[in-house]
Amino acid sequence: MRDLFRGERVHLTFEEPETHAKSEVRWQLDSEFVRLADSDPLELSSEKKIRDRVEKRFEKGFQPERYSFSVRTLTEDKLIGFFGLYLDLIHSEAWVGIGIGERDFWGKGYGTDMMKICLRYAFSELGVQRVALGLHAYNERALRSYEKAGFRLEGRTRQDMLREGKRTDTLWMGILREEWLQQNGDNP
Amino acid sequence: MKDIFTGKLVRLSAFDPDEMSKAFPRWYLNSEYVRLLNSSARVMQSPKAALKWMEEEVGEMSPASYFFSIRTLADDKLIGELGLDVFNWSGRDAFVGLGIGETEYWGKGYGTDVMNVLLRFAFTEINLRRVTLTVFEYNPRAIRSYEKAGFRHEGRVRQMLNREGRRWDELFMGILREEWLELNDPTSAGEWNRKEMDKNL
Amino acid sequence: MFDIQTQLFEGKDIRFGPIDHEKDPQIEARWTHDSDFMRMMDISPARPMSAALVKKQYEKLEKQIDEDKNLYHFAIRAREDDRLIGKAAIQWIEWANGNGFLRLGIGAAEDRGKGYGSEALRMLLRFGFAELNLFRLSAIVPEYNTAAMASLKKFGFVEEVRRRQSVERDARRWDVLVFGLLKDEWLKHSEEVLRQAQA
Repeated sequence: MRDLFRGERVHLTFEEPETHAKSEVRWQLDSEFVRLADSDPLELSSEKKIRDRVEKRFEKGFQPERYSFSVRTLTEDKLIGFFGLYLDLIHSEAWVGIGIGERDFWGKGYGTDMMKICLRYAFSELGVQRVALGLHAYNERALRSYEKAGFRLEGRTRQDMLREGKRTDTLWMGILREEWLQQNGDNP
Repeated sequence: MKDIFTGKLVRLSAFDPDEMSKAFPRWYLNSEYVRLLNSSARVMQSPKAALKWMEEEVGEMSPASYFFSIRTLADDKLIGELGLDVFNWSGRDAFVGLGIGETEYWGKGYGTDVMNVLLRFAFTEINLRRVTLTVFEYNPRAIRSYEKAGFRHEGRVRQMLNREGRRWDELFMGILREEWLELNDPTSAGEWNRKEMDKNL
Repeated sequence: MFDIQTQLFEGKDIRFGPIDHEKDPQIEARWTHDSDFMRMMDISPARPMSAALVKKQYEKLEKQIDEDKNLYHFAIRAREDDRLIGKAAIQWIEWANGNGFLRLGIGAAEDRGKGYGSEALRMLLRFGFAELNLFRLSAIVPEYNTAAMASLKKFGFVEEVRRRQSVERDARRWDVLVFGLLKDEWLKHSEEVLRQAQA
């Protein structure tokens, strides 16, 4: 069986509150990054607030509906991003939240590698029937990356984002278990 | 349209801690009932202590826990309790615990009917792939009832119980979704009748 | 049209009102025992609830309304006798983007098919667009709920997303649809309806 936590460029690690907070407090200052990732108006949190937030989550112990990871490069073990899988346990559907906070690592295949690991974890370890995500229509890089990973566009909620005085759509994508198995047949 | 909470003899209704804390003292005074009862550990408590706990657990509405009271269709009488605990999301498996506290309803098919309704709920609403239960070897009535509902014997924990000066086994029984689907039409309770639905709003 | 005279909460046969913590829990508890209704209203598992639990839910709801400030909830009552017949809400409001999600249900089977739902939807849309000043309203509907889909389309909602095989019920998978209505579309649609009524 393959190593679930290792890809070609990155590997997964535990989301350690203090380490994660040190990076996130910097990443949040990159408004382009945050605006590509989120829908809420941007706010700046202290490193303490971020650390406390992550710690609080772990206080509750294992939660079967949430799996979050820190992502590090294989070469230097540098923390570059994260992803989280949020499960609807009843319907066996996982929502993905994924991001590379370190700008230097954009457009170099790291995101694609991360998504590959993420989907493999979702389908072959968590056994879900479906993985879904949303992205802003103006996030073209992500759209291409997700299409390459096998996601299909399922629609767009019209003009639900207002930024810089302009209204844009949110795109919604999904990949079914059968589709992922077909694409990863011999290589699950 | 038949719904998923209704069987042939009984229906599942809300587990009301207030109502249950009044019924439990009667049921649990019956030592035979207590010794036969096969429910997960949570209900093995004094009623007063159970009330607060019941309110919390039932109120939490966790996707892993479901509580029901059992009422007769004939006269809406409260006759027992039922619980479902998903302990394994990966395998989509849950423990079921069933107790019919009103003894005059034993041996008349009520247990099997409850189980049938519960299995429909487990396989078509919570989407489980398995349901598991444990039952004591000295409870042949329940064993027969579960067999009739489709459960198969999967194993025994030997000499786990110590009662009346001798040892007894605890039996594990289970039913798979495929097995249940072979015997039951998943849509027979909730066939959404398009014509019916379209005139409703 | 600056129409502050027409009541927001009064319809032809129904009215919107606040929760009645004494009388409503009993009625809503009964709805939760109707698995058909629950499965239409919600994607999460149907569960029969006691009146006491419904009452606790109401308390949590009012607390959430105060704390999160992104939710509006209405009890729907029949005008003739003020009895509770359903509930309506606009939730998950994102003020910066002007978005909200609708929820609406007529609880008792005997109250359905009388146009109360349509009336409630009309009032809810007016509240969302003309009072909350939202830019768009969305609704999420599983594909087996053809009545809801027909009703939304009647009011001009557009099917925007098809989440394929997103939910499982009765041992099969179903798509979940997201519908959206923009304020301009609602205005045009309302004018059109008004014009037709006057014609």
